[in-house]
Amino acid sequence: MEDLESLKQEKENQEPGEAGRPWEEIAASSQDPESALSEPLESEQWPETGPQPRSSLPQSPLFRSSTPLDDLTGPGASSPPSPPQEDSFTPSTLALAGQELATPWQSDKTTVNVNPKAGTPRSHHLEQSSDKGESTAPQTCQSEGNTFQQSQQTKRLLYGPEDMSDNNSEQKELRFNVFQEEDSNSNYDLDHAEPGVSEVAPSLLEIAIQSAKAYLLKTSSKSGLNLYDHLSDMLTKVLDERPENAVDIIESISQDVKMAHFRKKLDTLQNENEMLPIYEIAEKQKALFLHGNLEGADQELEDEIAENSLPNVMESAFYFEQAGVGLGTDETYRVFLALKQLTDTHPIQRCRFWGKILGLEMNYIVAEVEFREGEDEEDVEDENVTEERDDGDSEADENDEEELRRTFYKTPQPIPKEESRTGANKYVYFVCNEPGGPWVKLPSVTPAQIVIARKIKKFFTGHLETPIVSYPPFPGNESNYLRAQIARISAGTHVSPLGFYQFGEEEGEEEEEVEGRQDNFEENPDFEGIQVIDLVESLSNWVHHVQHILSQGRCNWFNPTQKSEEEEEEEDEEKEEEKGEEPDYMEQEVGPPLLTPISEDLEIQNIPPWTTRLSSNLIPQYAIAVLRSNLWPGAYAFSNGK
Amino acid sequence: MDAESLLLSLELASGSGQGLSPDRRASLLTSLTLVKRDYRYDRVLFWGRILGLVADYYIAQGLSEDQLAPRKTLYSLNCMEWSLLPPATEDMVLQTSVVKGRFMGDPSHEYEHTELQKMSEGEKVFEEEVVVQIKEETRLVSVIDQIDKAVAVIPRGALFKTPFGPIHVNRTFEGLSLSEAKKLSSYFHFREPVELKNKTLLEKADLDPSLDFMDSLEHDIPKGSWSIQMERGNALVVLRSLLWPGLTFFHAPRTKSCGSIYVGTGEKNIDLPFML
Repeated sequence: MEDLESLKQEKENQEPGEAGRPWEEIAASSQDPESALSEPLESEQWPETGPQPRSSLPQSPLFRSSTPLDDLTGPGASSPPSPPQEDSFTPSTLALAGQELATPWQSDKTTVNVNPKAGTPRSHHLEQSSDKGESTAPQTCQSEGNTFQQSQQTKRLLYGPEDMSDNNSEQKELRFNVFQEEDSNSNYDLDHAEPGVSEVAPSLLEIAIQSAKAYLLKTSSKSGLNLYDHLSDMLTKVLDERPENAVDIIESISQDVKMAHFRKKLDTLQNENEMLPIYEIAEKQKALFLHGNLEGADQELEDEIAENSLPNVMESAFYFEQAGVGLGTDETYRVFLALKQLTDTHPIQRCRFWGKILGLEMNYIVAEVEFREGEDEEDVEDENVTEERDDGDSEADENDEEELRRTFYKTPQPIPKEESRTGANKYVYFVCNEPGGPWVKLPSVTPAQIVIARKIKKFFTGHLETPIVSYPPFPGNESNYLRAQIARISAGTHVSPLGFYQFGEEEGEEEEEVEGRQDNFEENPDFEGIQVIDLVESLSNWVHHVQHILSQGRCNWFNPTQKSEEEEEEEDEEKEEEKGEEPDYMEQEVGPPLLTPISEDLEIQNIPPWTTRLSSNLIPQYAIAVLRSNLWPGAYAFSNGK
Repeated sequence: MDAESLLLSLELASGSGQGLSPDRRASLLTSLTLVKRDYRYDRVLFWGRILGLVADYYIAQGLSEDQLAPRKTLYSLNCMEWSLLPPATEDMVLQTSVVKGRFMGDPSHEYEHTELQKMSEGEKVFEEEVVVQIKEETRLVSVIDQIDKAVAVIPRGALFKTPFGPIHVNRTFEGLSLSEAKKLSSYFHFREPVELKNKTLLEKADLDPSLDFMDSLEHDIPKGSWSIQMERGNALVVLRSLLWPGLTFFHAPRTKSCGSIYVGTGEKNIDLPFML
């Protein structure tokens, strides 16, 4: 670029002395003889316009040697000379002006406009074009002048209306432009906007414009679009949206405009399908919000407040948030409403938001409830009946098999599940997939399920009926597995500050003492709280308030060697064979008693089971104690020390 | 997730139950702004949290203009003072792969690992037990690198490749459509492509070179190592990695908001094939 410029400068330096004529000759010598014929014509005209260029020419070296910035301002500075030329309407002077003005720009553009002297094919083409043009305008047949004029023209366009007058005068030169490929299309539009200007050959110009436009309007056989509409759409989009640095993202805009064509076609088909689930869920959850309004009666409201089976989920969520745990305010509130729905529709004594279990396709929201006295019996009995039926069937099958095979193996008596309200079945659990969805009661857990659940590791899918495919085989489907895991997690992680609960005193104390353990506890009304710092520093200030599940799968040990009468009779018959193989007495499994401090929990793989910390070190006076289970990641407990 | 839109992102990712306490959030917003200024990052991401037994590591990452250029990783224990981690090398990954179990939460903690090395003394060749000590900081670097390589996610179109090579944030990205958002093929691994080169010409035919320059999640091994869920009635799509439990990616279809956060123990779920 600089080299070119310096070259130009050298050339120009020669120029002033001879008023640019030698240069003309150089240009002419590379042209056809025909064009050389026109030279005399021009040379005649030189003297006429001589003073004008001369006055400007001495300036030109200065002008060119200045910084590129000056080049940019060039048109403004050099445009004054042209108006007088315009008046004279002599094309040749225009061409000359074009030469003068164009040279600095030429150095700017460097490669685009090829100098005929370079002798490239392109210049040859230009020469031809100038030959053609000769028939109509022989006096401006110089191809060089034309190319310079061209560069000037495009530059000028940038300066808009001010230079329009110049532009008009130069229309005559334009017909050559038609043959140049790199010409910008906007030129035509602008030219087109000024009809009647082209005095010399209007028909040719119009034809050129039309053919160019026709080319742009050619519809693509692939997409059915045409470039003309596409460009105008793009520009409309850019001007409408006015993005910053539009030139950087012009490709994306182009793509967006094209994409928009496709979207329109699919509108009617897709949108409705896609939106459906949104509405469905909104509709479901709307019921949650409307529920409170429906029972507006004051009495009911008072009753409700008095009953108070609903936990304050938001409050505990607030504390959990301090610990960095929680579902987010919005979701928590929806869960809250869903729990309210549950307590309204079921006879529930106490209710608690147990947590959320993530599944592959859907998640479970788990509520832990305790039914009011005597109101849950029906359900339980129903379940028992069905289960007994199942047992009967399976026993029948087994009998058949035994008859056939006559094996000595006797299936060990299944350990009975714990009755509701005791042990692992102390609470009843309800799950739903989403707040507002139906609450489903989980079946009570059997010891066998807990035992197997300890040996397998599976993902939940979110569908309760999914069979659990595992080894060892799990007795039941996902709802059973979920219930077993809930029981295990509860037993492992439900903790409270020491002294918050105390053992119940009124009911059945003697019986429990016989067993050597108590499983009833109640809130200690005299509990005064433990300092938060103490809770953080010592694990012995935390106790389990859910019974430990024995390796048998039950919380209260069941002696499998105690046989029912029928079995004992059978046993007697077979006893001689089995003698010595099975010890009559099995050692009773004993777990840690209820309300054992968690500091006695075992380490597994050198990992301490609990981590404690303050919720905030910045404002410790209002911080809460946070307890995190490392055994069951995701289980947290907090205490604010009150 | 972008440090600038931290609050919104945390709210969107809260479905997994793990978030940040208010004081952590506030201090992150403050300190990450300063990190961005001091280290002159183009973008700062809050990467997540690795739960340790004693303390938690908070991780942030700084990106340069080129989104796929190697990232700078920083960690902090109190969300205010950040320390720069060295880039992960293959040696580090190999060395720390023997360490099992939970993080402690103390970067200078040293894991001890005994390995048998063959020693030759003259003609005798015998095995000797050598105790290798591995710093937890090294393990942290390699685990973050592994998680980034395995499960960092970005929706298709959120980044684009400029003709000169660098990868920029796509300003015209307006979110995936609902039908796209439900497909794993619309999400990419946020890392240099590995599988792309192995694809056949036929598979590459429909790819847009400016958008499809990363590997999609579709062909991840084992199949089904992602759980993809629609939450809030299709208003939010959430991807959870099952290979690295704790990684949650969220994207609200038809909006620009997307991001991922890792809150977990820093342990890979090696039982995954048996749990599916």
